[in-house]
Amino acid sequence: MTPPAVTPGVLAAAWTIARKDLTVELRTRAAFLSAAVFTVLAAAIFLYTWDPTAVAAIDLAPGVLWVIFTFSGLLGLNRSFGAELADRAIDGLLIAPISREAVFLGKALANLIFVLGVQVVAIPIVVLFYNLSLGWGAVAAIAGVAVLAATGMVAVGTLFSAMAVNTRLAELLLPVLALPFFVPVVTAAAQATVLVVNGRPLSGALDWIRLLVAFDLVFVAACTVAYPFTIER
Amino acid sequence: MGAIAGTERSPRLDASGGLLFGGGPEGDAARGAALRQLSRPFGWLAWVAVVAFIGDCVRIAYFTPIEASQGPAQKIFYIHVPAAITALYLAFALMAVASVLYLWLRDPKLDRVAECAAEVGLAFTTIVLVTGPLWAKPVWGTWWSGDARLTSTLFLWLIILAYLILRQAVEDRAQRARYSAVLAILAGLLIPFIHLSVYLFRTLHPQPIVLKPSAPSLPSEMLTTLMISFATFVLLFVALLRARYRLATIADLVEDGASSGRAD
Repeated sequence: MTPPAVTPGVLAAAWTIARKDLTVELRTRAAFLSAAVFTVLAAAIFLYTWDPTAVAAIDLAPGVLWVIFTFSGLLGLNRSFGAELADRAIDGLLIAPISREAVFLGKALANLIFVLGVQVVAIPIVVLFYNLSLGWGAVAAIAGVAVLAATGMVAVGTLFSAMAVNTRLAELLLPVLALPFFVPVVTAAAQATVLVVNGRPLSGALDWIRLLVAFDLVFVAACTVAYPFTIER
Repeated sequence: MGAIAGTERSPRLDASGGLLFGGGPEGDAARGAALRQLSRPFGWLAWVAVVAFIGDCVRIAYFTPIEASQGPAQKIFYIHVPAAITALYLAFALMAVASVLYLWLRDPKLDRVAECAAEVGLAFTTIVLVTGPLWAKPVWGTWWSGDARLTSTLFLWLIILAYLILRQAVEDRAQRARYSAVLAILAGLLIPFIHLSVYLFRTLHPQPIVLKPSAPSLPSEMLTTLMISFATFVLLFVALLRARYRLATIADLVEDGASSGRAD
């Protein structure tokens, strides 16, 4: 990547940073593999703690799916700014002639793609383990809900990841900070998924979708504005 | 007072009971005077609040009629509701507002206010979460229910806890102030979403839950008791906040003293 001759725009700079993170991830595959394996293991643990005679698969599967999303997402987020600590790479990013909002958006974009990649693994695993019969429409609806939910979760998680790596507790702090913020997202996404899995149209979950969209708008904006306040040196 | 004991140049008590620093520049003399003034964080206001609280308890126990359907269990109402409203609308609101103002004005006092409001708010929210199940068991027949207010209070409690854990985890004072201000502001944005999600959860899945008994027309004696309780809790909040703020000021002064001592 040769440095551009002129200062890039916010979105172009964000895309450059996202591409950098994704390239690193594609070459090492360390985080994605561990998140994918975690997903399968978590699904398996849920499967073996489940009593099929007591709870129907169709009732349990949406909850399992979203619990797995929540925790596998955290795995990826932890690494996002942690990776920049080595050789003080973060200083290079901050010195670059781009706005700090662009740094945040780039990091968040890479995390979003990462989390969506994990979801591509998680959805078929849960469908398989719980014997759900879903049509393509239902799969598309779940994917749409997943994108909406992941956007808000990643925005908040990326900001807290940037903060957590600079604290004494490091990655231990991220779940404590981020999980309360995931609650409304996961509630909404799981409730929408319940409708879809039961073969009902997504229009029945319009209130939940609205909640997800509102959360995304509020927190993508708020976290982008807040990120520069966490740096200042 | 742990911060004082932990500093490198530990301050010692002089004959008058005030705090002094060993050695250092002249600034330490002024600092010592300030510390002397602050060294009794529990001022008269705290005693007024304690007396008011005892009086409030006596009023609740002996001079308020027993509610017809719930019996004596209803009396927890006079503790539960004022604690909840003080925690949410005074402590949490103060924490969020002071945080916004900190990021704008960068005055360390505002960060201290936010920290102290969070700690006192945690105490009040804990009162709510303890008295709630104690009240719910005899009246609703269950310790815990998925009620909207209950759930949002629990998450309020968890967020304040996360806020205080974050503060513990950052050493640099300015960085700690910025990080915790960002978290407090985002938490302020989050509370409506949590409340909405729990509310939607209930309307989409109607369950036979016993709704919290509202009190649209309290008898005047009960209303008076409730108002006295409100006033007591507000007073208690202000007194605790003031005491905690003084402690935070001392801790910062001691930290300053320790670092200026090192610089000599």
